[in-house]
Amino acid sequence: MTTHTQTAQNKPPGSVTGGEGLLTGPVRTVLAAVLLVLLLAAPFALYPVFLMKVLCFALFACAFNLLIGFVGLLSFGHAAFFGGAAYISAHTVKVWGVTPEIGILLGTAFAAALGMVFGLLAIRRQGIYFAMITLALAQMIFFLALQMPFTGGEDGIQAVPRGRLFGVIDLTSPLAMYYTVLAIAVLGFLIIWRTVHSPFGQVLKAIRENEPRAISLGYRTEQYKLAAFVMSAALAGLAGATKAIVFQLATLTDVSWQMSGEVVLMTLLGGMGTLFGPVVGAALVVTLQNYLAATNLPVTVVIGAIFVVCVLVFRRGIVGELTRILKGSRG
Amino acid sequence: MAGDAILETNGLTKEFRGFVAVRNVDLRVERGTIHALIGPNGAGKTTVFNLLTKFLQPTSGRILYNGQDITRIKPADVARLGIVRSFQISAVFPHLTVLENVRVALQRPLGNSFHFWESESRLNRLNGRAEELLEDVGLSGYAGHLAVELPYGRKRALEIATTLALDPDMMLLDEPMAGMGHEDIGRIAELIRRVAAKRTILMVEHNLSVVADLSDRITVLARGEILAEGSYAEVSRDARVMEAYMGTGHA
Ligand SMILES: Nc1ncnc2c1ncn2[C@@H]1O[C@H](COP(=O)(O)OP(=O)(O)OP(=O)(O)O)[C@@H](O)[C@H]1O
Ligand SMILES: [Mg+2]
Repeated sequence: MTTHTQTAQNKPPGSVTGGEGLLTGPVRTVLAAVLLVLLLAAPFALYPVFLMKVLCFALFACAFNLLIGFVGLLSFGHAAFFGGAAYISAHTVKVWGVTPEIGILLGTAFAAALGMVFGLLAIRRQGIYFAMITLALAQMIFFLALQMPFTGGEDGIQAVPRGRLFGVIDLTSPLAMYYTVLAIAVLGFLIIWRTVHSPFGQVLKAIRENEPRAISLGYRTEQYKLAAFVMSAALAGLAGATKAIVFQLATLTDVSWQMSGEVVLMTLLGGMGTLFGPVVGAALVVTLQNYLAATNLPVTVVIGAIFVVCVLVFRRGIVGELTRILKGSRG
Repeated sequence: MAGDAILETNGLTKEFRGFVAVRNVDLRVERGTIHALIGPNGAGKTTVFNLLTKFLQPTSGRILYNGQDITRIKPADVARLGIVRSFQISAVFPHLTVLENVRVALQRPLGNSFHFWESESRLNRLNGRAEELLEDVGLSGYAGHLAVELPYGRKRALEIATTLALDPDMMLLDEPMAGMGHEDIGRIAELIRRVAAKRTILMVEHNLSVVADLSDRITVLARGEILAEGSYAEVSRDARVMEAYMGTGHA
């Protein structure tokens, strides 16, 4: 007899399904709901500006993680998308006088277009060559930002008005601004979550796991990688454009290679290839930066040291290691 | 007897910086046969596979598939024409489940592989077929395991199931039995014989008893060149073949 009960065989107990079978079904829904409630209540307990910074960087790190964690591509030029979009939204809001949501959309669209250009030039390269090309291209954007008239050189674009969302909601109110940023970050996160758990996401993971095999199954992997790259660039742009409205500022810091490095750091610290890792990593780094800025300690050195320790002690990042420990205690 | 060639090469040559790994190979694989490609280590067998599947671009020569010149097409398009290969070093998707490994192959014809807005549960309708394929290679019961957790022999079986998922007209198997235990070899040989009923197989294999048992025709490659060709009885009598194998320490 060869008739087996198919559903029973689908998921033998104690095994992992879908690569992230730990928090399944109801547990995950409850956790997400709790997290959302906390985020909604957070501005009454913590500084909204700090929270908004965390949210923007969390979205940035999640966008970056979509590439490294789910396609296996290490981009070292993501500051170009983050900072480029920041300049575009700052400029269009301040000089053209568009409403903030239009400014953010224009910044995001710019980042997507830039992502297309970077992607077309870099996507055929593998490993470290890919990282080097993205870095080189991002440095060109940095020099453009330094030289072009509209970007304000060393000063950047300052005093960007927050304006009124949809021409109605006054974003100078910290709470209105916070909930706007929260909505954008949650939307970005949901897009990434859906992408990772979609038919497209399955192919991306296959490419990450074994690209030659994916090719031999007939997938034109460059097209998938390019699509993921553009998506990641657009979401990084969404984060940068939003940040420019929140801080009313777009500067060279946003397009610098250090910014590209920071997002790598956040993602690795939190755990690449996990959905929440980059969020945790971003929160940690931003918190440390804020805390250390008030002391006499050299910020970069301390963060660098913490990073080295983390990489040595938990290679999978914080969330990655937690997942492993929980899994281990179950099976 | 003209026969009906499914795959044919003329003067296929590959040079790596002056080193000729494959020289002037005229290969002809008849439709519906199991054709073995054998030869000592470093003979160029894997390189021939890489050329046929366009993972490498030939330095010179032509490749014809069903009479169509495929010398300049891309590797993904080779698969779409119906030639699917396996790899010498087992090629699975390690951190996908066994079921997902096979499903990735079944997924492409659905045409939703760029749909990032859909739930992956859309792929569940492929589970039934995927489980049939797993059962064919003796992997039912492992569907939910990560591929990386499988022992080596079962990884190879998974690779074959994934290849079969595309229902290819032609399968290129690079040492499908390497690293397998005795029972596994028997089961996979049986599987190859069964799936060969409706397709053509070109196979690299060092296990000569398997080769003798399965193949209709054998091409012997040594130092990048074809040394002999024929049935197992014919090539095993060939003095040059024996010498090529002895010369590199093979039995
Ligand atoms: N990408 C490459 N660059 C340079 N030399 C290569 C490359 N690929 C293969 N070669 C060389 O070509 C020759 C043939 O290698 P190939 O892997 O095709 O042999 P093979 O017949 O598959 O051997 P085995 O039985 O050990 O698998 C070897 O000398 C190898 O070193
Ligand atoms: Mg080989």
